[in-house]
Amino acid sequence: MNQSFVLPNSGHTFDPKSSKLGMWLFLYTEILLFGGLFLVYMVYRSLNPDAFLLASFKLNVWMGTVNTIILLTSSMTVAMSITALQKGDKKMAMNLLWLTLLAALAFLVIKYFEWGAKFEHGYFPGMDHYDAMPVGEKLYFYLYFFMTGLHGLHVIVGGIFIWVVIAKIKSGKVHKDRISLHENAGLYWHLVDLIWIYLFPLFYLIH
Amino acid sequence: MTAAALPENNFFNAKKGIMSWLFTLDHKRIGLLYLYAILSFFLVGVVLGFLMRLELLNPGQDIMKPHTYNQVFTLHGVIMIFLFIIPSIPAIFGNFFLPLHLGTDDVAFPKLNLLSFWLYVLGALFALATLVFGDGPADTGWTFYAPYSVKTGTNVTMSVLAAFILGFSSILTGLNFIVTIHRLRTPGMGFNQMPLFAWSLYATSWIQLLATPVVGITLLMIIAERVFGIGLFDPSIGGDPILYQHLFWIYSHPAVYIMALPAMGLVSEIIPTFAQRTIFGYKAIAYSSMAIAFVGYFVWGHHMFTSGMSGTAGFIFSILTFFVAIPTSVKVFNWVATLYKGSINIEIPLLYMMAFIFNFLIGGLTGLANAALAADVHLHDTYFVVGHFHYVMFGGTGFAMFGALHYWFPKIWGRMYNKARANVAFALLFFGFNMLYFPMLILGIMGMPRRYYDYLPEFHGLNQIATVGSWILVSGLILMLANLLIGLKKGKIASANPWNGITLEWQTSSPPPLHNFDKLPELNEGGPYNYPDAKKA
Repeated sequence: MNQSFVLPNSGHTFDPKSSKLGMWLFLYTEILLFGGLFLVYMVYRSLNPDAFLLASFKLNVWMGTVNTIILLTSSMTVAMSITALQKGDKKMAMNLLWLTLLAALAFLVIKYFEWGAKFEHGYFPGMDHYDAMPVGEKLYFYLYFFMTGLHGLHVIVGGIFIWVVIAKIKSGKVHKDRISLHENAGLYWHLVDLIWIYLFPLFYLIH
Repeated sequence: MTAAALPENNFFNAKKGIMSWLFTLDHKRIGLLYLYAILSFFLVGVVLGFLMRLELLNPGQDIMKPHTYNQVFTLHGVIMIFLFIIPSIPAIFGNFFLPLHLGTDDVAFPKLNLLSFWLYVLGALFALATLVFGDGPADTGWTFYAPYSVKTGTNVTMSVLAAFILGFSSILTGLNFIVTIHRLRTPGMGFNQMPLFAWSLYATSWIQLLATPVVGITLLMIIAERVFGIGLFDPSIGGDPILYQHLFWIYSHPAVYIMALPAMGLVSEIIPTFAQRTIFGYKAIAYSSMAIAFVGYFVWGHHMFTSGMSGTAGFIFSILTFFVAIPTSVKVFNWVATLYKGSINIEIPLLYMMAFIFNFLIGGLTGLANAALAADVHLHDTYFVVGHFHYVMFGGTGFAMFGALHYWFPKIWGRMYNKARANVAFALLFFGFNMLYFPMLILGIMGMPRRYYDYLPEFHGLNQIATVGSWILVSGLILMLANLLIGLKKGKIASANPWNGITLEWQTSSPPPLHNFDKLPELNEGGPYNYPDAKKA
């Protein structure tokens, strides 16, 4: 018997390139998931241009802008933390990841207040104000809640991902020479950021 | 005990106990778990189809009410599409044989592979739970067309959720295979030295990866519309039902190639073994898989010719659909050319492959009739379409899968089934299949619409023939499975390479050891199907 023999191309040995390739492929699926929603948005915006415009005035551009800045900054900190770990500065890498997490939290808190205000006005599907809206505005708010909600979910997942990476850096499982989990968390976080970069103008800015 | 003759060190006895199966990371065991689960659901689907045919034996109500019939054909569709045919070949044979074909010991992400399996189980449980909870299983058809799917009182939400989870499982399998193919090929094996089954899985995986998310989000929108009552697809509250159809088919048409491409890979794999000569046009077959996957993205509109589409759009979709026929026929010609002047060894797997070519030809050509705009207006939503896709899916993919089961049976279990019985089962299946589905093509041309539990008296004769065909088909199926089960327990011990196959899986013992290869597998000189003594024949 030859139990100790291991193939050079074994699926059981860790391969950073595989792990990164897998992450990229997964990101494609995420983009397509949102792609379906962007398509729906595009169709209904072109069918109801005026209603979408009117409805968009009901959003708070300031809160959206602040959130955009926060998210962009957090993308920077996560990229910096990867560089820090590549250079072997474990402490700095962890601190930068904590900063990223803080930004994620800030984003969600602002989102909470933003959504809360919409609920108070009764814009959520099924509430009084919503039911009285014309069809186009209904669709706008439906898509607003669906898309920013799904994005918010991704912020939470991304936050958990980063938190796991912090824990693993601390315990020494992720380090300079085995950094792909950290890089993957970074990639995922950039995706969360990227999607927001499209959501923000589509809902808040276009006139 | 004959068991003593099986190799001592194989993946069945490497670990013991039920937990070693349920939480295994071994791709071979996961493949077998899929096999047992998928075949079980297939049998449920068969029973439902059988009941539908029984209802259609005579005009009027025979054994079930119209509403029940609607639920039965929906569940038949959901099970056969999402639980059987989409996962079938990739999840069973892809999992088992892709790493063996590439000369490695597992897929790139074994844990993710196990997760895919459990997601599949979870999705299947949701699909089955519709039987028990709420107002029974959905009655919308497997396509869940809005606005009816939004309004019906039946358990659409749960069925849709099941499809969503199963989609997730499918995505992860595809992701795993792409990375495996890129990263784990044995040293010296370039893309063009891969077996064609691996190529077809590669094309399939890309479709799984890039098309499934779209239907995932669409299904979520259906759920949201049902829960919150938002008019996304329901026209009475401002939605657009055609948009739903677009989103649905943007996934579900490419999904047709998720079902067909792996089967074509199997044919390309099995025919050279039984012709004992190299495949004709290796690159043409490999690249035509990619071409089908690519063109397949742009043809979804042909499902919607009658649902309101501009003439220009219809024309473009029609032309693009015809394009799919080109890479497909490239494959068919190559398979036939491979057999030409080969030393043909007519064994059961080859019979199934020939049946595949025959059935797929009928399915493909009737597909062209559907793709032609003018013809489709007449044929849309008739039994012609039902006949067409059963010829492609069951006559094609189903038969290829059964053939692969007979081909790799000795490799997986190390035993051989009874060949005489297998021949009889094959004859029954082939005959019953054609008797069941060919009349549907004629019925469709005569104008019999699909999805009704009743029909006009003039359709009676052909419907009776079809129902009798379903009995023959089912008896063939029972015989085939019984024969395999007996072979599993009592079959003669097979050698490591009973068919004189040349791809890497035949270099290891049967059943393979836990880590697949005890030494580095040797690549063939000059391509994966280059039989050294082909000239002699």
